[in-house]
Order: sequence, then structure tokens, then C-alpha cells
Amino acid sequence: MTCIDMQCIKLLRMNVAKDLVAASSTPLVLAILAEGESYGYAIIKRVAELSGGHLQWTDGMLYPVLHRLERQGYVGAKWDKSETGRRRKYYRITKEGQAELAAQRQQWKAVDDTLRGIWMRECTV
Amino acid sequence: MTTFADQLEDQIAEWRAYVRRRQVLHSPDVEELEGHIRDQLAVLTEAGLTGDEAFLVAVKRMGSLDELSREFARAHSERLWKQLVIAPETEVSTQTGRDELFIVLGLAVAAAIAVKVPALFGHWINPNTEFPLFYARNACLFVFPLLTVYFLWKRGSDRVRSLWFAMAFAAGAVLANVFPFPRGSETEMLTALHLPIALWLIVGFAYAGGRWFDDGGRMNFVRFSGELAIYYVLIALGGFVATLFTFMMFRAIGMNPGWFVAGWLLPCGAAGAVLIGSWLVEAKQSVIENMAPVLTRLFTPLFTLLFLAFLATMAWTGNPINVKREVLIGFDLLLTVVVGLVLYAASARDPQAPPDFFDGLQLALVVSALVIDGVALYAIAARISEFGFTPNRVAALGENIILLVNLTWSAWLYARFLCHRSSFAVLERWQMAYLPVFSAWAAVVVLVFPPLFGYR
Repeated sequence: MTCIDMQCIKLLRMNVAKDLVAASSTPLVLAILAEGESYGYAIIKRVAELSGGHLQWTDGMLYPVLHRLERQGYVGAKWDKSETGRRRKYYRITKEGQAELAAQRQQWKAVDDTLRGIWMRECTV
Repeated sequence: MTTFADQLEDQIAEWRAYVRRRQVLHSPDVEELEGHIRDQLAVLTEAGLTGDEAFLVAVKRMGSLDELSREFARAHSERLWKQLVIAPETEVSTQTGRDELFIVLGLAVAAAIAVKVPALFGHWINPNTEFPLFYARNACLFVFPLLTVYFLWKRGSDRVRSLWFAMAFAAGAVLANVFPFPRGSETEMLTALHLPIALWLIVGFAYAGGRWFDDGGRMNFVRFSGELAIYYVLIALGGFVATLFTFMMFRAIGMNPGWFVAGWLLPCGAAGAVLIGSWLVEAKQSVIENMAPVLTRLFTPLFTLLFLAFLATMAWTGNPINVKREVLIGFDLLLTVVVGLVLYAASARDPQAPPDFFDGLQLALVVSALVIDGVALYAIAARISEFGFTPNRVAALGENIILLVNLTWSAWLYARFLCHRSSFAVLERWQMAYLPVFSAWAAVVVLVFPPLFGYR
């Protein structure tokens, strides 16, 4: 196996640091709910899909995040029937949540711009 | 013969029972997590895994239950109140438990001694002479610093923070004793009444231990204050019975224990009981954890009925409020009770529950109290110039306005919440953000009023 192959595998299996995962959980969940009403399992699936597997969440950890957001008033929740007939808790984003998402988006953009700025320069040098 | 599906159901049931043992996970949470496991199982079995394999993978993906309970506890800090132990990691060992007991006993004895130290400088409490107002002014200063020391020890604190607390209490002590109050001064009584309110905020900072600006930290302090008041009343009842027996028994052998009861038992007991009560609240939260909510549920309908009956009678008979000189203080107390009911209803409420009948009742309580106070204020305003602006009246008027602002906005937020236009968390945040206002006004009364009114 060549060195480049090794690097590719490493890249594919890259695990984002725990702190970063925790910090990105709020905007990520809010952004997914901004696409439409959803529930726990579907949100997890969507996260995996979007991140291409780079963001490793232990499934359970999503629920405290959802409950915190609900408490802060950023998402609303209601129990409803699922397609199998069991009760399931559905979440949707509120107006406050949309405002929070916009604010977080600005912050992440600022961080992203800063890092991009310094890394781009590295490349050109 | 058991099928695969049955086996799987058994496994899920076992898992559910295991998860239920975590007190911090309430049954809707468990149901939600179980739903997740089932969704996961459906996908995995479809992909070709057997029931056992799928179950193992699903549970493993759920993650460590300890970590999960900790995160849930963090997201629902009000549940922490109900059980001291979040997860084995933070379990209190018996050794620290015993240390705490000794420290609390030590601090309680220190408070009792502190009360008696001024006696060395001629401030005696004697049943045969007038009660020295020195004690009324300084009462909280014997106790609150020691209570703060307890919380600083318990929550862990560095020197710099401790120094800030010491300076705050030193400032309180200077203010209580520096002004030259003449005999029978109104502002002296105001200082005695308002200094504890101002300094209770300092105790709150120590209690929250750096979490003051989380809403959870302040809400826990509100709960603590309420439970402490309940414990204190219980201890005082016990003390009252002990006092009665002291009199009865010593009189039977021809001795009068009056000097001991008034000079030692009551003041030292009253000071020490605050520390013991605080420790009980901290250590035995679960014993009467539901006291404040139960009392709130009991008295909210009662007070609502009382207010509505009062308003109806006033409207029917047309009798105006008979404005006596100190009627304002009575209405202040009324609004304080209502704010207390709103606060404790909020502290005991699950912030995520949808509005129910009780919330409507709370709104009715607040609105009727506002109307009554509005009528009273109108009656008083017409005659306040006739009575003159004494320190008592200005202080009472200020408190009335502060409470009125709090309740007006609370009523608005309650109404919005009932119409599903905002969440209960907003109301809770408003109440929490308002707490320092009470102490700030009390500090103004202590600091500014005596010189402003010439110490009369």
C-alpha cells in the first residue's frame, strides 16, 4: 500500500475531536430540524449522512441535546404515532430556534473564515 | 417455544428495567430511548443481522448509560435537586459526609458563640430590659458569613473569591453600625429589615458556586431558600416546645430560667438553627422535597378565591379602600406572597410540560392581585402628600413598585405561555433575572435612606 493510500484511509476514518462534536451539536440539530419536523433516530441518520461518518455520535447523546434545546425554547416537541403505531416524540424548530441558528451560523462562519484565511496563505507559500 | 421476536421483546424489557433504575431518566425519556432502540433494531434486522446481534449493536451504539445519565442530568438540572447522586463518579463517600457533619456542627457552634461575643462589650440580652436594637441590626451578620463559609467549603473556592465575599459582609457590617441612629429611629428599623435581604444575595452567590448565571443555579437557590424556611419553622417549633418544658421543669423546683432562655437559648439556638437547617436541606433534600410545591398547589387556589371574592365585594358594595397610614406595607406583603407563589410554582414545574389548568389559575391569581394593588395604590397616591414622605412610606412604595413590575411582566408572560406563543422557560428566566433587583433595592434602603432622611 502506498503512502497516499494510507493517508486516504486516515482521512476517511477521521474522528472529529469530542469538544468540536459537542460544540457543533446545537447548530447541526437546529439545521436538520430547520429542514422539517423529525425524530431522534432520523436525526442521527441524517447527521451520519451529512458528515459522511466523520462525526461520531453515540446515539444516546442526541437526546440530552434535544431536551436542552427544548428547554431553551429553540425546539418544540410533541408525542405522536409512528408508522409502526408506537408513540414517538417529534421535534420541530421554533422561531427562537431559527434566530439562534442564524446567530450560530454567523459565529461558525467567523471561525471558518479565520481558519481558511490562515490555511490558504500556508498553501500559497 | 419462544420465537426470535419474543426473545427480542424480553431483552428490550430487561434493558428498559435496567435503564429505569436511573432516577434522572424519567419514563417519557426511557420511552423515547426505547423507541430509538426499536428503530435501530428494525434497520439492522432488515440488513440481515439476527435479533441478538442487532440488539447488541443497538445497545452499544446508545453509549454508556453513566455518561448518558450525566448528560440528562445536565440538561434537566431541576431533576438533580431530587437526587444528590448523579452517577457513581460523583458519589459522596461516607468520609466526606462525616467531615461535612463536623464542619456544620462547628459552624453552628461558631454562630452561637458569635451571637454572645457582643455581650463582652456590653450588649446584653436581658428579659427585664428593652431588647437592644444592636442585635436586630446585626442579626444576619452573625449567621450569613458562616453560612457562606459552609457553601464556599462545600462548592470549593479559591482565596480571591473568598476575599470578595468577606469584603461584602464587612461592608454590610460597617453599614449596620456606622450611622448615628437616635432612639426609636425609623431608618434603624428599615436597616434591620433590609440588610438581610441585601446580604441573602451574597449567600446565593456562594450557594451557586460559580453557576449563578446559569438559570439552573439561581433556581436551585430559590428552592434552597424555600426549603430552608420550611426546615427553620420546623426547628423553631421544636425549640418552642423545648422552651416550654424548660420553664415548666425549672419553675417546679423554684428556679426562674428566664435569663437563660432569653439570653442564651433563643439567640444562640436561632443562629445555629440556620446552619443546621441549611445542612439538612443540602443533605436530606429528598425527605420533604415536595413541600414547596405542595404548599404552592394548596395556597394558589385559596388566594385566588380570596382575591376574587375581595374584588367582587368591593365592586358590589362600592366601598373604597380605607387608607390608613401604614396600609401600603400590608399590600407589599400581599404582593410578596403572590411573587412567592409564582416563584415556587415555577420552581416545582416541569418547564417542558404544556400549559394546564393550574397555569391558568396562576394567571388569575397574579392578575387579581395586580388589580387589587392598583386600586390600593390609586387610593394611596391621592393622599400620600397629606401623610408626608417618611422613610417607611418611601421604602414601602419602592417595594410596591418593584413587585408590581415583576408581577405585571409575569402576567404578560403567563398569558403568552397559555396561548402557546412562548415557552415557560421565558417566564422562569424573567423571574430569575429579577432576583437581584430585590436585593439591590434593599441595599439602597440600607445605604442611602439613613443619611437621606437624617437618620430619623
